[in-house]
Amino acid sequence: MSYTLTVNGRERRVESGDPDQPLLYVLRNALGFTGPKFGCGLGQCGACTVIADGAPIRSCQLPISATKGMKITTIEGLGTAEKPHPVQAAFIAEAAAQCGYCTNGMVMTSAALIAQNPKPSLDEIKQALAGNLCRCGTHDRVLRAVLRATGGQKK
Amino acid sequence: MNAPFSRRAFLKSTGALVVALGAPEAGFAQVAGAAGLAGRVLDPALVDAYLALHPDGSVTIYCGKVDLGTGLRIAIPQMAAEELGIGLEKIRLIEGDTALTPDQGSTAGSTGVPRGGVQIRQAAATAREALMRLGAERLGISLGEVEAKQGEVRPKQGGAGIGFGDLIGDRQFALKLDPKAPLRNPDDYILVGKPLRRPDLPAKVFGTHPYIHNLRVDGMLHGRTVRPPAVEARLVSVDESSIAHIPGAKVVRIENFLGVVADDEWDAVRASRALKADWEMRDSLVGNEAVRQSMRAGPFESDETLMKKGDAPSVLAAAGDRLRAEFYWPVQTHGSMGPSCAVADVRDGKATIWTASQATHRFRFAFAHFLGLPDEAVRLIYVDGAGCYGMNGHDDAAADAALMSRAVGRPVRVQWMREDEHRFDPKGPPQLLALEGALGDDGKIAAWRTQMWIPKATASLPNVPLLGPQAAGAKQPLGLSTGLISQNASPPYAVQNVEVLAHWLKDAPLRPSNIRAPGKIANIFAVESFTDELAVKAREDSLAFRLASLQDPRGIEVLERAAALIAWQPRPSPGPGGIGRGLAYVHYKDSENYVAIAMEAEVDRETGVIRVRRVACAHDCGLMVNPDGVKAQVEGNILQTLSRSLFEEIKFDRRGVTSADWASYPILTFPDVPELLIDLVQRPHEPPLGAGEAASAPVAAALANAVHDACGVRLRTVPFTRDRVRAALAGEGKSG
Repeated sequence: MSYTLTVNGRERRVESGDPDQPLLYVLRNALGFTGPKFGCGLGQCGACTVIADGAPIRSCQLPISATKGMKITTIEGLGTAEKPHPVQAAFIAEAAAQCGYCTNGMVMTSAALIAQNPKPSLDEIKQALAGNLCRCGTHDRVLRAVLRATGGQKK
Repeated sequence: MNAPFSRRAFLKSTGALVVALGAPEAGFAQVAGAAGLAGRVLDPALVDAYLALHPDGSVTIYCGKVDLGTGLRIAIPQMAAEELGIGLEKIRLIEGDTALTPDQGSTAGSTGVPRGGVQIRQAAATAREALMRLGAERLGISLGEVEAKQGEVRPKQGGAGIGFGDLIGDRQFALKLDPKAPLRNPDDYILVGKPLRRPDLPAKVFGTHPYIHNLRVDGMLHGRTVRPPAVEARLVSVDESSIAHIPGAKVVRIENFLGVVADDEWDAVRASRALKADWEMRDSLVGNEAVRQSMRAGPFESDETLMKKGDAPSVLAAAGDRLRAEFYWPVQTHGSMGPSCAVADVRDGKATIWTASQATHRFRFAFAHFLGLPDEAVRLIYVDGAGCYGMNGHDDAAADAALMSRAVGRPVRVQWMREDEHRFDPKGPPQLLALEGALGDDGKIAAWRTQMWIPKATASLPNVPLLGPQAAGAKQPLGLSTGLISQNASPPYAVQNVEVLAHWLKDAPLRPSNIRAPGKIANIFAVESFTDELAVKAREDSLAFRLASLQDPRGIEVLERAAALIAWQPRPSPGPGGIGRGLAYVHYKDSENYVAIAMEAEVDRETGVIRVRRVACAHDCGLMVNPDGVKAQVEGNILQTLSRSLFEEIKFDRRGVTSADWASYPILTFPDVPELLIDLVQRPHEPPLGAGEAASAPVAAALANAVHDACGVRLRTVPFTRDRVRAALAGEGKSG
């Protein structure tokens, strides 16, 4: 079967032998967007987060057959070294990653949050990121980075 | 002497992952796969093993240790560049490639900087001396009249110098590492001690960082391992027709090892799920509920007295009211966010393994052994994985990939699924401690006895036995590997009578390995909780109680600084209710870092939920090469150990692990994150001690002490789940 979806502003056609193939595998393998990561395949950790029609979603849970008409942004489409998204610039400024495996999800969830709520409180940021797990313990820096990106400050 | 050869061309051809500090992004060089590489000096006794200067004035550093998200990738170049006298932008770093880097031991035990970095610093100092001699000769002045700065040797008086590249060209130093080569005076440091930015950070934030999970090599198949439904289950039969409908999917079976390969990754996943196999089950485990009793019961390898000072048994026996308490730390997983992954190419009598291993050099011999290849035919190349905090599944996944690649004759990439990681990564072993103590007439600790029930690490076991080779019937040395789990089991205070006894167990409930700060977290949890219990008994403020028996000024300083961060008010515990405070202290391994943690927590008596409000840490690791790197490690140690203390226990039944995902094995989430207050002590003239582990050791004890101060309940069993807290509150005053 072939599927058409919009990723990072461009329409892409992909083949999949299985309508249940999760979007994450399509992004990473067929399309080469390896920014989103496989963490659990269960929608529990957030490492695979992409933005679909403005909302952060778990790409490990979305079957390719359900992506028709969706506008998907991966971290590669969010910003680049030359033109970073404010959240990305803030993550770099706060050195808000250790191993960095969860960073995709942190950045994408935060970007989706501030698109909806440009001045979130610390508690609102914590709630928005409640489903994004980090094992290295970078949470404090992530919170600082999101506040920095929104012009707020962590005391 | 070898014929001169161009290292640059050589690096281009070998497929090593090169991180160039000057370039914004690092990429994968594509594969070459030659295993024995002529020309590279790997003898750790030689300068050329660690560094190479190039005619253009750039320098390649070859580091046997690896950056696990821990900041070594900036700290090591800082140390090398400082000692050489060259800009950081001239340095390239290669990590953990067995064909290119010297064996500096595994990246474990917080040794990256204190051993790996210090060795490279000494190599750089030796090289600088050689360059200065060459430069002085060319300049026609004496050695005492030159200095090495900004990549050149120049007259101290001023005037034109000669670039390092011109002096050495592409030649090797051919020098022994000189342990006496003079080091720069820390007062003159330009790079060391600065919070410089990690070079890998931007790519991690833009989603372009080259993780092992992203590596693709030509002709590669995707593999998935099909692990048995019960530990040690025997594979009876496999129905290959059950995956016939999946294009290109093939079964790999070697005795009890079972896997599938396919061209497409999702097809490999589907095949691994669809594959029908018949296993003969085994009920070989004790189950998590029975671990504690089973540790008391043995069987035992031996009893060992680890410390004996004065006569603790007699003083305790004579004491009117001695205290006794038992503490338990459960089995835990490393809990890497990304399941383990590796790519292997085993063909034509040689093997190239791309792996996120913490110990490529050590595992090279294990891989050669089970693959039946000579050591020199096997090359392990380190590539970043998800953070591992000890040996997680990375080495097992690499072995899985190697077995499958050999079987199918093509490169195979294996990525574990979430349940593979939770079920089968080697686990942090459980620890049981029984403590006894008594106060003297002076209100100080008069006698102390620690007994520990812990699994005994097998003497000179080369590595944790790997699952794949074991299932495939390959010979490998068997035994237990745990890390040094018996350290820090005595009070770090002046006590006249102390005894520490280890009851070494023959076995562990699940295959163990080292997990961050092996053993020390549980031991300090027990020791520093019990110190607080004695302080309570003495009706003394717990900070004052500790300071009264502490002589080491560096220890005193961190305790005072941590307490000051939360404006500690002297009074006995428990407090009046509401927000409780607690502290704990460690002199890590009795010889390394000094760390004190002070913490505030409150307990919801209805729900049993512990809310940690603030965590303050004062941390002294000697010379900090990169203070922001140290700070990141301290933060990570605190938050990860809070998670382990509050939430984490691997559940398993007679057959295997049942907590195989993040729902059944919850960890800390953002709403749980407290405010962090961190005070780092910089000691430029002390040796650097590393920061990857020590700050984790006092966390659980400080938390337990804060909980006790808040509500009068003493928690002695980890994790401090809400059920456990409620039960403890219901039995008020008794232990949890």
